[in-house]
Amino acid sequence: MTASLQHPGYDPERLLCVAVKMPCRVSQAGTLLSLMGEPAQYSYPSIFLYGHRSTGKSHVINTLLMDLELPHATVSCVECVSVGLMFERVLLALFGPDTSTLLPRSPSLSDFVRIYRQQAPLSPANQTRYIVIEKAELLRDMDSNLLPVLVRLQELVDDNVTVILLSEIVWDRFRPNTGCFEPLILYFPDYSKGDLQQILSQDIHPSYSPELYSAFINILLGVFYSVCRDLRELRHLAALNFSKFCEPLKEGKVKESDTHKLWRNIEPHLKKAMQTVYLRDVSSVQWEQQLQQTEEKECAALKGLSAHAHVELPYYSKFLLIAAYLASYNPARTDRRFFLKHHGKIKKTNFLKKHEKTSNHLLGPKPFPLDRLLAIFYSVVDSRVAPSASVFSQISSLVTLQLLTQLGHDDQLDAPKYKCAVALDFIRAISRTVNFDIVKYLYDFL
Amino acid sequence: MSTSSVSKGCFVFKPSAKKRRKTSDMVDYFSHGCDGGEDSSLRYTLCKKLWDTIKEETESLQDELNRQILEGLLHFIKRCCSGPRHTAGPWEARMRASEIPTAALVLGVNVPDHDMTFQSLCELLQQSVTPHVACLQAKECGALKSLMRKVLERLVGSAAEDEEEGDTHPHPKGAHCTLATLCEWYETKSKKSSTPGKKRSSEEEPARPPIVIIFKDLEAFNPRVLQDFILICSRYVEQLPLILVFGIATSPSTIQQVLPHSVSSLLCIELFQSLSCTQHLSTVMDKLILTHYFPFKPNAKVLQVLVSIFLYHDFSVRNFIKGLKLALLEHYLNQPLSVLCCEKKEEVELNTTQLSHRGLESVRQLASFRRYVEQQQPQEQVALLTSDQHMKETCKKLLKDLYKYHKNYYPVLRCLHALTCSLPRVPLGKQIRELHITCLEGNVWEREEYRSAMQLLRMLAKEELLRQLRGCQDILKLCRSTKMRASLERLQELLDQFERLDEAKPETAANEGMTSPAKSMEKKTDLFQLQKTLLEMKETRRTKKLSGFEILRNEALDFIDALVRSHLVPPETQPLHEVCYYSSSALLRRHLNATPRTSIQTALSSPYHYLQNDALLTEDGGVSNAAPDLCIVHKLHLECGRLINLYDWLEAYATVVSAAEGKDPESEEYGKVDELKHARFIQAVSELQFLGFIKSTKQKTDHVARLTWGGC
Repeated sequence: MTASLQHPGYDPERLLCVAVKMPCRVSQAGTLLSLMGEPAQYSYPSIFLYGHRSTGKSHVINTLLMDLELPHATVSCVECVSVGLMFERVLLALFGPDTSTLLPRSPSLSDFVRIYRQQAPLSPANQTRYIVIEKAELLRDMDSNLLPVLVRLQELVDDNVTVILLSEIVWDRFRPNTGCFEPLILYFPDYSKGDLQQILSQDIHPSYSPELYSAFINILLGVFYSVCRDLRELRHLAALNFSKFCEPLKEGKVKESDTHKLWRNIEPHLKKAMQTVYLRDVSSVQWEQQLQQTEEKECAALKGLSAHAHVELPYYSKFLLIAAYLASYNPARTDRRFFLKHHGKIKKTNFLKKHEKTSNHLLGPKPFPLDRLLAIFYSVVDSRVAPSASVFSQISSLVTLQLLTQLGHDDQLDAPKYKCAVALDFIRAISRTVNFDIVKYLYDFL
Repeated sequence: MSTSSVSKGCFVFKPSAKKRRKTSDMVDYFSHGCDGGEDSSLRYTLCKKLWDTIKEETESLQDELNRQILEGLLHFIKRCCSGPRHTAGPWEARMRASEIPTAALVLGVNVPDHDMTFQSLCELLQQSVTPHVACLQAKECGALKSLMRKVLERLVGSAAEDEEEGDTHPHPKGAHCTLATLCEWYETKSKKSSTPGKKRSSEEEPARPPIVIIFKDLEAFNPRVLQDFILICSRYVEQLPLILVFGIATSPSTIQQVLPHSVSSLLCIELFQSLSCTQHLSTVMDKLILTHYFPFKPNAKVLQVLVSIFLYHDFSVRNFIKGLKLALLEHYLNQPLSVLCCEKKEEVELNTTQLSHRGLESVRQLASFRRYVEQQQPQEQVALLTSDQHMKETCKKLLKDLYKYHKNYYPVLRCLHALTCSLPRVPLGKQIRELHITCLEGNVWEREEYRSAMQLLRMLAKEELLRQLRGCQDILKLCRSTKMRASLERLQELLDQFERLDEAKPETAANEGMTSPAKSMEKKTDLFQLQKTLLEMKETRRTKKLSGFEILRNEALDFIDALVRSHLVPPETQPLHEVCYYSSSALLRRHLNATPRTSIQTALSSPYHYLQNDALLTEDGGVSNAAPDLCIVHKLHLECGRLINLYDWLEAYATVVSAAEGKDPESEEYGKVDELKHARFIQAVSELQFLGFIKSTKQKTDHVARLTWGGC
């Protein structure tokens, strides 16, 4: 862990600087450096780095390449809507702005290789060139030959180039079924609690001592480590709660050394924050406002985005949604029983086929045709409704609001099929507002 | 291109030839549709003027209502572009540097209204914060590529228009639409503006104006595209001051449904909630309908139609106003006497004086006017029916009375609402519009609900009653008519008396009558005695003398009751009410709440309804054999079951058509299928299929399946 970064090819002082920038990742950086070798040496054609989110993959590789001033190109696959964009980026970063214009309109791989081979001798580098590809898992959705080519690009372009792929998933999921060149694989493990403590403690607040902040981080990790190990989320939580932590200090009630009192002060707030971890519903400003409000009222619970689940809908939209829910969760054969006046008695057990005995709510919503939706709608709604255009347009607007989903393509005009996309709690809240007892009509709750 | 229709279908967009029609054509069009004739242009100008004022009013109202949320949003954006990086402290700024500031704007499900809000938001932003605003709609951003292109087009394109210089940026094309391109553009842009040689007028504008990207309808965006876009944005957040605005129709929790944690953790979301649309409607009604400023009034049924479309179907205030516009237009178009429906008194007088003989005749024919005439003295009746001059004078008087009626009606309505809206179970409706509709429908004091409301009011405690009476006082203070002045004085008097009651006798009211029966109860008595005393107690309670407060309370409520009875009479009792009140609700309903299916059914089963051709008239409601082929085929198909044999159908059709051609039933030709008939039949059947009545089936050869139930 404390081993310093050492490599014969680079200036030791500079390496020291680099090592400071990546706490807890020195050993991985060391491995990388030794894989990359001295700048002039040919390096291994491709390296595959993987590890969870925020384990420092991009950070380590970018810091290394930037600070050691190695020629490199960094592209993110999310941004590259077409392969052409990716090629352009790479050429731009490696050979300057003029080269990217040489690419034809929709370049193929061979265009890229051709231009690369043209350009490489023009600007001969005595250092290894690096191409870093972030979010490499998206490469699998692009052209099938792209990934195999990238991992052995060195051979194709006949240049000292190394492709570094970064991903959150393992290499096994990448390997095309035709097989391909195996890159060197390097795993970035998750940070341990100690690592997190060390990294988070680096964001020192300028007006407080490092010890205090470190103590705060210690408390924070003590509360949240069991539920959340994501570095970014923890940093967010730290930023949210630090001002609260410092409040007694500002007011002069407590000294910095009195950790116990500080702990007693912050603990309830952290517990509240625990309810909304990962939800990200409120920004820091609103969070602080709400904290103040809750202090005034005491009993009021913290409200995030998730608390505003109530949706106002027009009267018939509500019934359309209810009808859609019933159509989605009741077997079609039971409609007679629920919506006909003289249906006779049907026993649940005899009536059912075997597969219908499992709860429909466990299986999820089933698709239903428009006719059935309207038939149920007309029997559910209490007044006579003319089949006007606005009733139909309400179905479409429910679809755009994502309360219903339309199956098949949008263009299908003939007998469209829908699914209801709302949860039971939601529909119960809706039906309560129109005095409709939906549970009585649900087959699962019979 | 966009349509106001939510449903799917084909829409024809004709290229907008500029100035294809001049405004004068509108007048012609209006007078063409008019049944009045001579004064149509006058009516048109009146209608246009009134509509313009209504429009102006609603727009200012809209701005007013949106102001709060927009100002909050503006403040947020200003803070984001200058705040966290400079003022709020470097530590917070560093901690948040990688997050994109995002505003979640919850606007409610009345999607048609959102456009206006976003438009004013854009304008506001461009005026005061930043020129770089891009508004995105889900349907133009199906894929990441098109989303990127739209963003760049909106940002770079709008700026290029502003500059009007030779070296404007060419529109980015195809593969070059990336945020990197935007970054470059932004850098050159901000360099340009910061160079001292080109002094910009905007000193208050920050050196690096933020780039605001507005997603109008978040729910409809493809989640995948949105996620990718945010991921890309977060890579550039250090170079570009990006701010996102999400327009949300349902509830804020959709953000969590659309975006996974890995993406939403890149955002720093702040929530803004707009006014609910029902509140919005109430304010609009308050300003447009519950006021005497606008002479045009919808009657109870029309109002009911408009409100029910709003509540039952779309929650859209914009559509409500559109409906009102339609009613207004129809009123001026179809009611010849609408010339008298003007905003200003002088105009009314002038138009009355200029009324032609024909116009006066139509006044005489009005039901309300005839009722008025019948109540007059005989010689007055004669004068009214014969002398045009006298008639005009009377009209002026009556119209003035109508104006006064309105001036008194609304304050009293508001008072009654203020008194009753907080009663338990709200017998007269929670919203003032419900009460208004009830009052328009008939005498409100004859209704059961009114009686129970009054009973409840007579039981109110003192503080409550006083508070509500003071509310009434505030309402009455606002109006200037003489009658209302007088009522205000009376109310003031009553309130003063209530207050004096407090000071005068706090102790006498308490110890009256209560003591004696209670004392007698203490004695031990037998059952009979007890019963007797209890009965006595009951008796005394019934006839108990009313306390001073109770007397005063009754007095106050009698006063209110009298007000209601004298001023809240339904408008139908007023002579000449037809001038102001629009009443054909059925027409409005037909136009606003279209029923395409019913129309098709009508067209097919009784073609006369649309074609108006006498040959198509049949007495028994059947279809004549001269009707279009489609109607005949439709009629014949109603007689079949679920599966229809095509050949039988053809035979039947040929028989009917032969009869129409007037062939002799005995001849050989009769009912024979020739090529022409065959072709006509095939065409009619395919038209029927197109309309969705039948479809082809594989269950049986030479058969088609019916898609509708029932028949003859």
